[in-house]
Amino acid sequence: MLAFFTPAKGASPNAQEIDTLYKITLYIALVIFVAVEFALGYALLKFRKRKGAVAAQIHGNTRLEVSWTVAAAVILVGLAILTFAKLSSIQNPPNSGSGGAVLGDQNNLIYASNERKLPPDGKALEISVIGRQYIWQFVYPGANEPDGLGAPYSYEEMVVPTDTTVELNISSSDVVHSWWVPELGGKFQAVPGYHNYTWFKVSEPGVFRGQCAFLCGRGHARMITTVKAVPPAQFEAWLAHQKALIAQANHEAQIARAKLSTQTGAGAVENP
Amino acid sequence: MATYAAPIPQVSTDRVEREGQGWTSWITTTDHKKIGIMYMVTTFIFFCLGGAEALMIRLQLGAPNNTLVTPEVYNQLFTMHGTTMIFLFVVPMMAGLANYFLPLMIGARDMAFPRLNALSYWLLLAGGIVFYASLFWHPPEAGWTSYPPLSESLFSPGGGQDACIYLIHLTGISSLLGAINFYATIANMRTRGMSWGRLPLFVWAILTYSVLLIFALPVIAAAVTMLLTDRHFGTHFFDPAEGGSPLLWQNLFWFFGHPEVYIMVLPGFGIVSEILPVFARKPIFGYKAIAASTVAIAFLGFLTWAHHMFTTPIPEAILVFVMLSSFLIAVPTGVKMLNWIATLWRGTIEFTTPLLFCAGFIALFLIGGISGVFLAIFPVDWQLNETYFVVAHIHFVLMGGAVLPIFASIYYWFPKMTGRMLSEGLGKLSFYLIFFGIVITFLIQHVMGLDGMPRRIYEYDNVGHLALYNQISTVGSFILASGVLVTIVNVWRSLKVGVIAGPDPWKANTLEWFTSSPPPVNNFDVVPLVRSAEPMRDIRHEVQRRSSTGVAGAATVPAGATQVGL
Repeated sequence: MLAFFTPAKGASPNAQEIDTLYKITLYIALVIFVAVEFALGYALLKFRKRKGAVAAQIHGNTRLEVSWTVAAAVILVGLAILTFAKLSSIQNPPNSGSGGAVLGDQNNLIYASNERKLPPDGKALEISVIGRQYIWQFVYPGANEPDGLGAPYSYEEMVVPTDTTVELNISSSDVVHSWWVPELGGKFQAVPGYHNYTWFKVSEPGVFRGQCAFLCGRGHARMITTVKAVPPAQFEAWLAHQKALIAQANHEAQIARAKLSTQTGAGAVENP
Repeated sequence: MATYAAPIPQVSTDRVEREGQGWTSWITTTDHKKIGIMYMVTTFIFFCLGGAEALMIRLQLGAPNNTLVTPEVYNQLFTMHGTTMIFLFVVPMMAGLANYFLPLMIGARDMAFPRLNALSYWLLLAGGIVFYASLFWHPPEAGWTSYPPLSESLFSPGGGQDACIYLIHLTGISSLLGAINFYATIANMRTRGMSWGRLPLFVWAILTYSVLLIFALPVIAAAVTMLLTDRHFGTHFFDPAEGGSPLLWQNLFWFFGHPEVYIMVLPGFGIVSEILPVFARKPIFGYKAIAASTVAIAFLGFLTWAHHMFTTPIPEAILVFVMLSSFLIAVPTGVKMLNWIATLWRGTIEFTTPLLFCAGFIALFLIGGISGVFLAIFPVDWQLNETYFVVAHIHFVLMGGAVLPIFASIYYWFPKMTGRMLSEGLGKLSFYLIFFGIVITFLIQHVMGLDGMPRRIYEYDNVGHLALYNQISTVGSFILASGVLVTIVNVWRSLKVGVIAGPDPWKANTLEWFTSSPPPVNNFDVVPLVRSAEPMRDIRHEVQRRSSTGVAGAATVPAGATQVGL
C-alpha cells in the first residue's frame, strides 16, 4: 500500500537510500498537510457568519508569527541534515562484492571529472552510456586496439554482472536526453559535450526497465532501455559473444566494401 | 458691516471631449480601465485555447498506446499549452487586473504612462497572434523550455521555434513596459496619506511582480536572441561541437524561469490578501509579515534557479546551495499560508464565491508547496524530476496559486467593472467543479510520477495501474473545463441581467470601492484622505459615526456635507 505513495526502489543501494529519504520526508509532509488543512477546515466551519457573532479585530500576534516561522525553519533544517546524512550512501559507490566480476585498474581514464566518484578500492565496471535520437548505446571497457577503438558495445539492452559496482559515464551525441532506470537510482541528463556520472550495484539477477526522461524529439516516448543483471560468468560470456558478433559484422562489412570497389560498369560505385 | 462671501470655484476649460463610444474608442484608448478589460478578455481567450490544448493532451493520454494524435502533434500540443498558459494567460492577466485596479486602489486618475500602457497591451496581442500563426505552418515542438540542441535549427527546422522566440520578445517587452509603468505609478501617484505602510497588499504584490519582471525578462530575452542567432545567423552559443554549451541555455532560461513562477503567484497572493479580510470581516493577520515575506520571496527567488537542473552535470556545491536556498524560500511562503488561515480565524466568514476561491487557493497551494519541498531535496529529485510528480507539483501551485485567485478576482471585481453582480449560484457551481476538477486531475499525477511515468511522452505502455490513473486524470480535466465554462456563462448572462451592484456591494476595505461601479473616466471626483491600510472601512465607520451622532444633533452636520473630507 505504501508503494502507492513511494518511488521505485529495490535493486540497487542508491535507489534504496533515496526511497528511505523520500519516505521520511513523506511522513513529515503528511503531518504538516493534515495539520494545516485541518486548521483551514476548522476555521471555515467554526467561524462561519452566524447571528450575533462578531469578528475579532486582530491585526496580528508577533509572538505567534515568530514561533511558527522558527518552527518551519527548524523542520527544514532537520530535512537538510537528514539529506546530508544520506547523501554519501546515495552518491558514493561501494566496492564490488566478492561475487562480482573481476575488474582491472582504472588506468585508462579518458574522462576526468571532479564529480566522478570511485569506490574506495578504485575499481568499477565503467560503461559509457551514449544517448541519441532515439536509442541508447552502451560501450564497455575492453578496447583491444592501441588507439582505444574496438570496444564492445550494445544497443538498448545493457547487460551487467551482479554484485559489481557499475559506473555509468553518461553523454549524448545529439540532443539532451536523460538516463533513467527507476529501480537502479536517479536520472541523469545526457548533455552533448558533457559527461555525467552515476553508479549502481545489483545484488540479484533481474531485468530493470527504463526510458529516456528528457524530451528529445518525436520519438522520446519510445526511447526505452533495459538493464539485465546476470551472474558474472554469464556476463563475461555475453561480452565475449558481443565482441565476436561485432568482429563478424566488421568482417562482413569489409567484404562488402571490397566487392563494391571491384565492381565496374553499371554497378560501379564512386568512393565505396 | 460687509459680510464675507466665500468664493465660488469656477471650472474653466478650453474644450470638452465626449467620452468615446464604439469599437474605435477601444482601439485608441489610453484609459487604464479599458486597457485592463482588453487585457482580461484577451488573456482569458488564450486561457481557453491553452485549456483546449490540455484537454487534447488528456484525451491522448486517456488510454495506453493511444493513437488519437501523432507524436509530432502531441509534442506541439504540450509546447503550445505551456507557452500559452505562462506567457499569454497568467502573467498578462495579472497585468490586466493590476491595470484596472492599481490606479483605483491608490487613488490615482490613471497609470503614470497611459500611452505606454496601451502599447503594452497591443504588444501582448501581437505576440499572441504571431505565436498562434505558427499553427498554420509549423507549431513549435520543443516544449515551453526550448532546450537546445533540440531547439536548434538542425533538430527543429520548422518556423515554430522562431514563433516561440518572437512571442517571448513581444510579450517580454509588453511586460517590461508594464512593469516600469506599475512601478512608476506606485512610487509617484499614491494619494495623500497612503504611505508605504498603508499600501494595499495587492499593490505590494504588483510592485514586487514589476521588480521581478525588470530583473528577469532581460535574461530570457538575451537567451532567446542567442537561440535565434544560433538558428539563423551562424552563431554557436549552445552548440557543443563548436565550443558552445547546452547548459548555458539551461542556466539562462531558469535564471528567468524561476523568478517567473513567483511573478505568476505573488499577485495571486496579493489578491487573496485583499479578499479574505473582506469576507472574514477582520483585518489581514500580519500585514507587515505578508508584505515583508513578499519581498523576501522575490529576492530569494533569484537564488534557486538551479533546482531545475539537479540532474545536469553541475558541481555538487551548487546542488547543496540550491537545495538550501529552495528550503529557505519555503519559509516565507509557508508562513503566509498560516497568516491567511489566521485571518479567517475568529472571523465571521461569509461564503461568497470570491471567498470560496480563496479558501480553495489555500487548500491547493499547500499541496503544491509541500510537493515542492520533496523536489528541493536533490537526491529525491533525481527520482522525481521530469516525471508526472513534477507536472502535479506545477499544476497545484499554478492552479492553486494563480488560477484560483484569478477566478476569485473575477467574481470580486466584476461588480466594480460592470456595475452588476455575477450570479452566486452559478459562481458556487463553477467553484466546486473547478476545485474538484483540479483535485481529480492532478492529485493522482503524483502517483503516476512515483510509478515512473515521465513527462512529455505521447504514449505509455499498459504497465501497473498507469491506465487507470490516466483515465482518472482525464475525467478530472473535463470536470475542470466544465467549471470554467460555467463562469463564462455566468459572465455572459450577468452582463445583461446581473443584479445592479452599486459602489460597494461587498463592504470592502480599499479605495476602488469608494467610487461608482463602473468608475467614471477620471476614477474619482475627490479622493478621501487615507488614514490606514483599510481606507474604505474607515470611511464606512466614520459615516456610521456621523449619522449616529447626527440623529442626536442634526444641526451640527453642515448642509451639503459629503462623505468625504474627513
